[in-house]
Amino acid sequence: MVRLVLLAVLGCSSALAAGAPLGFDDARHLLNRTGFSATPAEIDAYAVLTREQAVDRLLAGAGRPAATPPPAWAAGFESPRRLRGMSAEERKLAVREIFQQGFELQSWWLTEMLTTASPLNEKMTLFWHNHFVSSVRKVRSPQLMYRQNVLLRQHAFGNFGEMLRVVARDPAMVVYLDSASNRKGQPNENFAREVMELFTLGEGNYTERDIKEAARAFTGWSINIDTGDFMFRPMLHDDGTKTVLGRTGNLDGDAVLELLLAQPQTAQLIVTKLWREFVSLQPDSAEVRRIADLFRASRYDIRAALRALLVSDAFYASHNRAALIKSPVDIVVGTLRQFQFTTGDVMPFVVTTSQLGQVLFAPPNVKGWAGGEAWINSTTLLARKTFLERLFRTEELRPMLAAAMDGANPMATARQQENRERFIRAMMEVQFDGARWLGQFDGRGPEAIERVVLAAAPVNEPLPGLDRMDFIRQLTQDPVYQLK
Amino acid sequence: MDRRDFLGAVGAATVTAILPPAAFAQRSSYDRLLILVELKGGNDGLNTVVPYTDSAYYTLRPRLAIARDAALQLDQRAGLHPALEPLMGIWKGRELAIVEGVGYPDPNLSHFRSIEIWDTGSKSSEYLVEGWLTRAFAATPTPKSFAADAVIVGSAELGPFVGGGARAIALTNTQQFLRQARLATPAAAARNTALGHVLRVEQDIVQAAAGLASDRVFATEFPRTPFGNAVRTAAQVVSSRSGVAAVKVSLNGFDTHSGQPAIHARLLKDLAEGLVALRLALVELGRWDSTLVMTYAEFGRRPRENGSNGTDHGTASAQFLLGGKVKGGLYGQPPALTRLDGGGNLLYAVDFRDLYATVLEGWWSADSARALRGRFAPLDLIRA
Repeated sequence: MVRLVLLAVLGCSSALAAGAPLGFDDARHLLNRTGFSATPAEIDAYAVLTREQAVDRLLAGAGRPAATPPPAWAAGFESPRRLRGMSAEERKLAVREIFQQGFELQSWWLTEMLTTASPLNEKMTLFWHNHFVSSVRKVRSPQLMYRQNVLLRQHAFGNFGEMLRVVARDPAMVVYLDSASNRKGQPNENFAREVMELFTLGEGNYTERDIKEAARAFTGWSINIDTGDFMFRPMLHDDGTKTVLGRTGNLDGDAVLELLLAQPQTAQLIVTKLWREFVSLQPDSAEVRRIADLFRASRYDIRAALRALLVSDAFYASHNRAALIKSPVDIVVGTLRQFQFTTGDVMPFVVTTSQLGQVLFAPPNVKGWAGGEAWINSTTLLARKTFLERLFRTEELRPMLAAAMDGANPMATARQQENRERFIRAMMEVQFDGARWLGQFDGRGPEAIERVVLAAAPVNEPLPGLDRMDFIRQLTQDPVYQLK
Repeated sequence: MDRRDFLGAVGAATVTAILPPAAFAQRSSYDRLLILVELKGGNDGLNTVVPYTDSAYYTLRPRLAIARDAALQLDQRAGLHPALEPLMGIWKGRELAIVEGVGYPDPNLSHFRSIEIWDTGSKSSEYLVEGWLTRAFAATPTPKSFAADAVIVGSAELGPFVGGGARAIALTNTQQFLRQARLATPAAAARNTALGHVLRVEQDIVQAAAGLASDRVFATEFPRTPFGNAVRTAAQVVSSRSGVAAVKVSLNGFDTHSGQPAIHARLLKDLAEGLVALRLALVELGRWDSTLVMTYAEFGRRPRENGSNGTDHGTASAQFLLGGKVKGGLYGQPPALTRLDGGGNLLYAVDFRDLYATVLEGWWSADSARALRGRFAPLDLIRA
């Protein structure tokens, strides 16, 4: 009897919570996990919504193409064939241009992250970039990497099954995982292995034989070297009988993908990854199973899985607050957005993000960035702190930057010198309007600032009577600032 | 005898009976220092240790081969590139071991992937998160009093020390690190594992900064090159009051696809002069006999020269180990230039993890099976 009453009370209170407005702290948590660090105004706008309303609003704004115009070269395709006839000197220049375009591509994405009205759009695109990994370092075509990014955006909130089918044919992926050299009689198992281990089933849910057989099914998937488009080469396709995951027949690549999508482990793997991205590094297996079942029942509707995750009690649980480590992109983009910095050329931020260990379009290997605690070591932590220190002292640094502009290094090449000047010019454009930003807190104490900037109470209690700018500096140097 | 004395006596006797003497010896093994020298970009082993009597070498490299009479003879068939002349003193003093044919099965020819394989000590088909030395320090921890497990000079990448477990500090010069380290704060209580990790790294930085301060002035003259500066910083780290187990320096630019002769000669000269300065500085500190220096690179170069007066990515290569306790000489196997793989590359003779086992077992008397995830054969090149 007592138990029944208790259950009724608990049920009632959770129903109440579901219908109640989020309030400031929950709204902050939702926005900072699904986007980049939010401004006080953004948090206020979401604080009045219920969990469901808030997530619906986030999802309604997501799933659109990037607003930032891509670099002019992105639409075309330069065939690697052109390198063959080149002299050593010409080839050197061509390789340099590919490198330069790779940098422009990073700048394009970082600009979109800094300016987008839907940070969740970028978070999910980045999530898929780290799931369906390709790297410009192997693909060596910034155009194909751009096309892949457009594709990931297109499907980021769509249907996972459809996404898997188009990504498997994506030219950058075809190059990255060596599908182009997977031929009848000379199979290359790279794609077959990774599609099972990393994209769908996860380790332990297939055999080496499944990989060998699946590789045969994908033979002939290739690209047209002149246009950079996907191309199926029937002459190279093995149309013999194969057995994959217990199914025997003249299976082709699409048939194998369907078999992978039919396995329950696929939904489990994706939901576990979403959990690690948005909730915590310790997935709750019962909750993961519940959401994975729902994901599968929806025939892989990504929005359905995300919505279930983001309205769950686990997402808001107190032990999951301030429990994730910010990525380099979170630190750089989040700080610039939350404090409403004025910036020009984003070059220094592309450089910083890379120095902190996250080179966009170039994850370290097919497993992607390990993330979590791996983001922070002595080098990257000091680099994060130095970046933040400089960011909030741009006014003081301006004369030093101006002086540095003249102090050329006689050993540097013309190109190094050019990059250096570009970096300094860009840093001189960076501005933080401290008076205006702090004006939002007029009449409120330092706790109000702390609640916006930190996910939990600071480790180092700020000294009383600090100047408000010093107070901001101290909060951004606190170990808790590394968490979200 | 009262009860407490009795228990004390039994306790001490039990401890000495159970633990083999080696367990006590191990405690001090990190008195011995490891200095790693990474030759970034993939050093051309064939033009470093020249098979000057092998006609296949001269056939494969009509433009790039080092002439027989230019090679600095080591024995009846192998000679050093002439730019390595400064190393000949160490060779003649029998403190330089040269291991030929170091590589691994199913070689990967991508810089990024191959150095990852070397750094994590993985098979070519597996992806590991932790470096081989990170695992080694987890299996056999360094003394708590050390400033850090390792210091990496001049590169932000943690390389063999990658992964959360190692206390690894990367710095370009000690003064700059000490300035930056003021931003770190000593540990406080952690409220969750993520914060615990951040706080531990902060604490590592604070401890390293306290231990690495050194105002040692060396009589040794260091070359005025980036590598010379890195060597100077490494020597300064070694001279600091609290120890480290390993230091890593790197020399960039070995990816010699074109114009190799001039570039490679300059790099090898930098390397040789830097290593000689390192030896002198360590002798000055009284640390040469307790230091092992080892070179490594992601791969060697293709035996057949390319059309741009350079060489493309290859596989097995030669590596150097030197120190006061090193048994000088040639190890491994001469390159078999008439038995190349399908890609025209050398087959390896010595697994790179055999070198790692040499460091772990031969140098530090530590277990290597856990760090290397299997048994590898140490080379017998450390003097007792």
